[in-house]
Amino acid sequence: MLGLGILSGLLVLPLVGAAFILTLRGDEESVRRNARWAALIATLATFLLSLVAWGRYDTATSQFQLVETHAWLTDTIRFKLGVDGFSMPLVLLTTFLMPFCVGASWLSIEHRVKEYFVAFLVLETTMIGVFCALDLVLFYLFFEAGLIPMFLIIGIWGGKRRIYASFKFFLYTLLGSVLMLLAIMAMYWQAGTTDIPTLLQTRFPANMQIWLWLAFFASFAVKMPMWPVHTWLPDAHVEAPTAGSVILAGILLKMGGYGFIRVSLPMFPDASHYFAPMVYTLSVVAIIYTSLVALVQTDIKKLIAYSSVAHMGFVTLGLFTLNEQGIQGALFLMISHGIVSGALFLCVGVIYDRMHTREISAYGGLVKRMPLYAVAMMVFTMANVGLPGTSGFVGEFLAMMGAFRANPMVSFFSVFGIILSAAYALWLFARVVYGKLEKPSLQGITDLDRREMLILAPLVVLTIYYGVHPGPILDVFAPSTDALMQGMRAALSTTQTAAAALPVPH
Amino acid sequence: MNAAQIVMPALGPALPELILSVGVLVLILYGAFKGERSTEGVSVGALIILILALFAVVSQPFGAKVTTFNGSFIVDGFARFMKALTLIGSAAAILLAKEHFERERIARFEYPILIVLATIGMMVMASANDLIALYMGLELQSLAAYVIASFHRDDVRSTEAGLKYFVLGALSSGMLLYGASLVYGFTGTVSFPHIVTALREGSGIGVVLGVVFVAAGVSFKLAAVPFHMWTPDVYEGAPTPVTAFFASAPKMAAMAMAVRVFIGAFPVITPEWQQIIVFVSIASMALGSFAAIGQRSLKRLMAYSSIANVGYALIGLAAGTEEGVRGVVIYMAIYLAMTLGAFAVILSLRRGRQMYETIDDLSGLSRTHPLVAFLLAMMMFSLAGIPPLAGFFAKFYVFAAAIKANLVLLSVIGVVTSVVGAYYYLRLVKVMYFDEPAGAYAPMGPGLRIVLGLSSVVVLLFWLVPAPLVGLAGAAAKSLF
Repeated sequence: MLGLGILSGLLVLPLVGAAFILTLRGDEESVRRNARWAALIATLATFLLSLVAWGRYDTATSQFQLVETHAWLTDTIRFKLGVDGFSMPLVLLTTFLMPFCVGASWLSIEHRVKEYFVAFLVLETTMIGVFCALDLVLFYLFFEAGLIPMFLIIGIWGGKRRIYASFKFFLYTLLGSVLMLLAIMAMYWQAGTTDIPTLLQTRFPANMQIWLWLAFFASFAVKMPMWPVHTWLPDAHVEAPTAGSVILAGILLKMGGYGFIRVSLPMFPDASHYFAPMVYTLSVVAIIYTSLVALVQTDIKKLIAYSSVAHMGFVTLGLFTLNEQGIQGALFLMISHGIVSGALFLCVGVIYDRMHTREISAYGGLVKRMPLYAVAMMVFTMANVGLPGTSGFVGEFLAMMGAFRANPMVSFFSVFGIILSAAYALWLFARVVYGKLEKPSLQGITDLDRREMLILAPLVVLTIYYGVHPGPILDVFAPSTDALMQGMRAALSTTQTAAAALPVPH
Repeated sequence: MNAAQIVMPALGPALPELILSVGVLVLILYGAFKGERSTEGVSVGALIILILALFAVVSQPFGAKVTTFNGSFIVDGFARFMKALTLIGSAAAILLAKEHFERERIARFEYPILIVLATIGMMVMASANDLIALYMGLELQSLAAYVIASFHRDDVRSTEAGLKYFVLGALSSGMLLYGASLVYGFTGTVSFPHIVTALREGSGIGVVLGVVFVAAGVSFKLAAVPFHMWTPDVYEGAPTPVTAFFASAPKMAAMAMAVRVFIGAFPVITPEWQQIIVFVSIASMALGSFAAIGQRSLKRLMAYSSIANVGYALIGLAAGTEEGVRGVVIYMAIYLAMTLGAFAVILSLRRGRQMYETIDDLSGLSRTHPLVAFLLAMMMFSLAGIPPLAGFFAKFYVFAAAIKANLVLLSVIGVVTSVVGAYYYLRLVKVMYFDEPAGAYAPMGPGLRIVLGLSSVVVLLFWLVPAPLVGLAGAAAKSLF
């Protein structure tokens, strides 16, 4: 098939859908309807294709699989795609969440429907591209290209302060990323290639690692987002349309974590070791501080946004524990958070579509009129808290365990984050769903319709399924994590022996 | 009659220039005999000879390095690449102008002729191998450009622009000439290869002083800070198609001249001129980015944008290496596409005979003209350097060269100012996409469509097949080293 592999197919399919939607003509209503269905079909087809890819994927090895490579800029900068244990689950998460986003936008997007779905499908291509790219320049290309559709999604279909939010989102993330670009070039001149598998075998001088690590950190920390560069996220979340928030929380934030595990940890092991205490500090501050901030929010979406920042604190914490449990936990948390926070934003979208407000005080007692909604919301809230039996528990527990091995004090402080997360999440749930149904505006509110049930039910099932049976996901991570750990241990031990072998003065 | 035997120089290498020169003389005669009715024919004729010259440039033997006219005129990969860009820019300027000038009732046959004359000058600049040839090319280009700037002679702004351009341009030419004379005085030669040999034997402060003056003159022509002051006024005052011309073809020639002078004649004293270029580059990027934020006029905005872009291209020159020159060449090629595309859209903002040229006039363009708005938005994202658009690769290559040459501080300042620049490019996208429509404009003419279409193809699809341009640019850069 033109020498294109299955991963290229994943990149091309959404674009084909987008191109098809662009060609739609006719009266407004039929264009809208056709655009919706075309987007749904394109995202579903992409999901199915990713399942095919998954079927061909061998979970027993840490090698890159489904690799394909095409001529591109030069012989040493190629269009190379491939997946391993770190990226495959994220690709699946992306393709899995996209149909839900289309479903969530079915009726809530009323104007410029065509452009909306085109932007979304282009965004899907760039996200899949980030996780599949096996060349750093290509990785950067997709990493940044996603800004364009997201900027438009927030700016055109967002809320009242959408323009401010879209500019802040764009410029903040751009500023973080340009330094990464310079680092990529420095690596290119050092190693002679930007091929990721080759770079994984390259040992950079320790001094250079420090600078490279910092440059990549600038980008990933903003994307993550880590405290104190997280301030773009609440704004972007609040103003973005529901599906935009789902994608932001579900996938875009995972790019930062993926970047750490793909580039920072394996390529700069010495620097990662050196900077780990700083990352711990920032993570713990993020966990506690943003949880406290979440407590006092009056806007539902903002509250969930801050809780995302806190959860991402656990992810960075887990990654930089530099042991199996921590890294596995962080990765699992990324997947789980992708599902759970996405689902929470979908839940907010459900009531926002009915009431057109996100103020917590505008709600209360929804359980009386919306029992099904209350059940779904409860499951996701519990998963967000990290209740055992939900997917949220597994990741947080493993990350904490890893942190305890690395530094007990860090895990001690981060436990407060879990307590606080219970406080803000349950309090939110209580204020919105429980209580008396007094507000006159809420008297006529209707429960989930069939479309919304169809969207939320699979997410409920998955949240609980992966809570009691996390094995399948962890098994995919395992070989790659082992390989990473081996590489890091080897790198760090040579550095330490080198340091020990240095003649000691006096 | 025993006059010294005059040896006829080989004319083959100068074939493109000869085509243009002979062609333009024929066109002048045709125009002079036929009067005002000839405008249409002269425009088409000028386009044809530009395209013929382009073919001549392309078909010259690849990789060969030929000199003629006693070594003062050189044809190598670099010259051919930059000439091709110049010719494309000039042809686009004629295409963009036609409908506009007819509407404004200032269509005259002199316009295409002046463009072609300027083009000859620019091509000589790209091929100059000594200081005299360089100056000749420069003056031919500048004199034609002064007249073009004031082409709308009944319009105060246009005549003011022409006068300003002339006075400041003459000053800068004087500086360049003074610098050249210092270089000549201290090295005893005007030929670039001989200057290199002379400098190898030792260089004094006099040569460095000469280089400083030459750099000042070059910066003027490039519109680089601190010699940029004329740019916003001239860009705003000149008729818009002329602005598009100034922002495209002469920039190519000026950059070719800068590379020729610094890499061709002064590679021995790279550390000396490198400081100047680094400073000029940083100042241009910073001023271009910050000053554009407050602009309301699209033409002024594009003026500051061009200043900033010259700053980025100069990063490659500052590296002073083969990779650096490759970066410059790629940058200029992509910049040409972006800037022509943007001006094609600006020229299409018209209702009846009224032209609109402020940013607010773009309001809601995405509703009234979805395709045009989309393409302009892509030009803006590309100018901001966002992948996968072509502008990203332009920046990629110059920054990569700078990193290799260890110009880390310059690179960091460069990327940070590019984020500042992204702000004002995004503002245009915001106005087009997020604001309410201001009303529809007249449909685009065919000339604008061709220019916008071709430049959009380059900007949007460059990332799919980047290898040909990168390869050609690499060969062009190699021919200088």
